[in-house]
Amino acid sequence: MKYIDYYEVLGVARDATQDEIKKAYRKLAHQYHPDVSKEAGAEQKFKEVAEAYATLKDSEKRAAYDALGRHPQGEDFVPPHQWQQHFHEESADFSDVDLADLLAAFAAAQRAERQQRAHRPLNGQDFEVSMPVTLEQVYTGAEADLTVSLPDYDAQGMPRRSPKTYRIRIPKGASDGQRLRLPQKGGAGFNGGRAGDLYVTMQFQPHRLYRVGGRDLSIDLPLAPWEATLGAVVEIPTLGGAVEMKIPEGTVAGRKLRLSGRGMPDSSGKHGDLYAIVQIDVPAKLSARERELMQQLAAESRFNPRSYPGAST
Amino acid sequence: MKTQITESVWLNASDICSFEHVVEVSGLSAQELRELIETGIIEPSNDDPGNYFFHTQCIVVARKARRLRDDFELDTRGLALALNLLRRVDDLETEIARLRARLGR
Repeated sequence: MKYIDYYEVLGVARDATQDEIKKAYRKLAHQYHPDVSKEAGAEQKFKEVAEAYATLKDSEKRAAYDALGRHPQGEDFVPPHQWQQHFHEESADFSDVDLADLLAAFAAAQRAERQQRAHRPLNGQDFEVSMPVTLEQVYTGAEADLTVSLPDYDAQGMPRRSPKTYRIRIPKGASDGQRLRLPQKGGAGFNGGRAGDLYVTMQFQPHRLYRVGGRDLSIDLPLAPWEATLGAVVEIPTLGGAVEMKIPEGTVAGRKLRLSGRGMPDSSGKHGDLYAIVQIDVPAKLSARERELMQQLAAESRFNPRSYPGAST
Repeated sequence: MKTQITESVWLNASDICSFEHVVEVSGLSAQELRELIETGIIEPSNDDPGNYFFHTQCIVVARKARRLRDDFELDTRGLALALNLLRRVDDLETEIARLRARLGR
């Protein structure tokens, strides 16, 4: 098990008062809370902060944590004997659990003991995971397997992580960030309390070709100068298969050509549009003949695309 | 490892659930949920206060409210303000994403 220095995570001294701990937590929560922060890695960071605060604000948990002694951040260590006894397991193997699991188990056991005296059911914890989905999967609807590794307890009440795989049906027209609830697939309940839920968030993966904006898609459409000038028929890949598109004569760079109904479907099956955004590309290397023709055109043409005041060339 | 086929519920704008269900899965109290409805943060699909029902996507907002309540120790007035602003941020980000997608790279 890896040691995490909760005092270091919150940036407080080891003898910090409850008030100092709370203040440090508040400041970090504003910075990293996943619901309000867009900082990269905020979710993971807040998890550590919340974990540290949950432990240090509770005097019993703080004492239990302090009893582990002080270790360098991230060092592998084995909890002392009394911890193993707490789980009635002499030869407990702590290698695949983390400190948070252990402290959570410690708190849950305490809570369960208290609740048991009161004979009150205690519901299990909810968990959230995100699931990467491709535009192709959402375009047609698909089934995908999701493997999660959630903390739970073995028969001795010893925390562990056990991987489970669920087959998830991705409905056609799901949106980015849409959530799915798997009832009672979260943490176990105590004293007849119901199990927590597992929430799965769809996360669109960036696509090689398309950019997503709501239900509409955009794709870059590079054209050769002569295609843009003379017009052409080009093939455009869409999620529903390639389609032919007529490029009108005199198409300029930046022009958006709309392919109606070729975007993403919504939940009712209605499709957004696909926009092909014109770029003009030139050959990196010209053949002798191409160069000759271009030079002829340059000599012949009176077209001047620049209209700056006073500019003659 | 065995793959489990499991019951799942999409939190969307077409499936419906009850007031009690939102309370149960969000962890908000009935009173807090009622106050969020009064401030328009959570919109029921009908207007019968005795028997409200909701689109299941309301659960996402209700759970976010519960997280903010717990993690920032907010009361319902603070929650309503925070959720309102977060919704505007979401709308603006969606709009930016839409405009970005239509710009050439």
